[in-house]
Amino acid sequence: MTTLAEKPARQDAPGGPARPTLRQRLSRWDVKFSPYVYIAPFFVVFGLTGLFPLLYTAYVSLFDWEIGDDDPSFVGLENFVTLFGDPQFWNAVVNTISIFLLSSVPQVIIAVLLAALLSLRLRFPAGWRVGVLLPYSASLVALGIIFANLFGPRYGLINATLETLGLDRVEWQANRFAGHLAIATMVNWRWTGYNALIVLAAMQALSRDVYEAAVVDGAGAVRRFFSITLPMLRPTLIFVVITSTIGGLQIFTEPKLFDAMPGSNNGGSQHQFQTLTLYLYKSAFEGFDLGYASAIAWVLFLLIVLIALANFLITRRIAATTGLKR
Amino acid sequence: MTLGLPLRRRRNGSRFFVYATLIAFVAGSLFPFYWSFLVASRDTGMLSDHLPPLLPGGNFWSNAARVFDAVPFWKALGNSLVVSGTVTLTTVLFSALAGFAFAKMRFRGSNGLFVFIVVTLAVPTQLGVIPLFIMMSDLGWAGHLQAVIVPNLVTAFGVFWMRQYIVDAVPYELIEAARVDGCSVFGTFVHVCLPAIRPAAAVLAMFTFMMSWNDFLWPLIVLDAGNPTVQVALEKLQSGHYVDYSLVLAGTTLATIPILIVFLLLGRQIVAGIMQGAVKG
Repeated sequence: MTTLAEKPARQDAPGGPARPTLRQRLSRWDVKFSPYVYIAPFFVVFGLTGLFPLLYTAYVSLFDWEIGDDDPSFVGLENFVTLFGDPQFWNAVVNTISIFLLSSVPQVIIAVLLAALLSLRLRFPAGWRVGVLLPYSASLVALGIIFANLFGPRYGLINATLETLGLDRVEWQANRFAGHLAIATMVNWRWTGYNALIVLAAMQALSRDVYEAAVVDGAGAVRRFFSITLPMLRPTLIFVVITSTIGGLQIFTEPKLFDAMPGSNNGGSQHQFQTLTLYLYKSAFEGFDLGYASAIAWVLFLLIVLIALANFLITRRIAATTGLKR
Repeated sequence: MTLGLPLRRRRNGSRFFVYATLIAFVAGSLFPFYWSFLVASRDTGMLSDHLPPLLPGGNFWSNAARVFDAVPFWKALGNSLVVSGTVTLTTVLFSALAGFAFAKMRFRGSNGLFVFIVVTLAVPTQLGVIPLFIMMSDLGWAGHLQAVIVPNLVTAFGVFWMRQYIVDAVPYELIEAARVDGCSVFGTFVHVCLPAIRPAAAVLAMFTFMMSWNDFLWPLIVLDAGNPTVQVALEKLQSGHYVDYSLVLAGTTLATIPILIVFLLLGRQIVAGIMQGAVKG
């Protein structure tokens, strides 16, 4: 394999020892330094606006640091001590995990079933794929506003429908679990089709030979789905689960816009659906306490790493026990 | 492709079930958009707690006009276009350059640096917003568009995506030929690489534009209500006029229609992009 190599040196000077001309030297520098110049923008931007702020969060969390504070005072781990004794923090941890589970588990199951349907020989295959992906075009803000209205205490279509059917209204905003369910519904609505397409792509990349062998052995369609398709999809499913872990644990926009008091960062009157990122935002930009908010950010970061790592280890074990080679 | 569950002609029942399920799913996907338009086309005073009529009324344009009075919506649209347009251009350019370097050039540390980029895909950098806000305030950028643009000039995903594509799409022979003809490295990139990667660049551009257009947490933190992006303006509209549902959802509809149109026009390419990304990722 040859990569961009230096040009063969031209013998410009007839006779005489071949000293590299300026042109040749420039060309050599060009080849040597260009790649670093080309990758530099990413590393500069990521370093300054991604990695550095993330690490600096740990530093800020050690200070009593108010917005606009020129001389924040060092308080050591005091923010963390306060945080771990703060019932609102633990409430937000439970809410975040509860909403995450309510949104990721059904989502993965429905996405796989939907992908199985989309993998059939259908009329207008492209049309169905675009159709299930449509929710992905909605911005999180638009999604939050529309669903807050659908689940709304006034003029809400969902409660109107329940009452028309002779059922009881559900206090979607006031009831903790109902609120989690409504927020999880928003997440599922936006992401299920997207994840179904990722699973579909993986399904189509599976070898057909295994299926033909299974058909020869007399395995029915359902049996083939559970015994072949699902096990072979495991790496993709884990990918989907890990990406939704990283995104889902940072959920912010949906609970913020779902509040019955729009604009509020409380996550409901009793914080019944306040998530960690929402609490972080409130502490920093409503309470102006940047140090405390940084402590929340850092704990949330560790929580994400921990859960993602657990997912990864579980994957490896599953992959090892089934002996799948991919 | 038929995998797992092939449809047979003799099973008309299962075929009906498959299409019915898919239709129900797509209808469920479309309904919230329609509901938004429905409420936006009526007067809030005409709404009731009973099951509303499911046909639009005639007030959409008057509600839409009120959106422009309630929040600086034109300014928000302009800002979002500037931000998303700039971010899309730079992301595609810088990602293509970096992808070209990683895919086709040999340099010290290239493998380690690329692995580093892949790892950063999983880093929740959003959690660094507080120091980022402090930095932007110190620079005097808070409230200005560059505060939203600069952190998004290029993404790890973009570099990863372009590199994976360039590995297969650009043959070494062409690069060698261009070099022998006296092209500089940058000339090779422009004349050999760029023409070959248009499809991947187009997909990356679409996704970057959508991500940037829909971005919310960071613009909300660093921009103010007087100089918002569309998403920030929508949130202000909701928190300022929350009982006026027709107004709020008229704004939501206005903000959603452009992306929805792009989706209906370029849907196939977007689907293909997601599915390619899944296999390569």
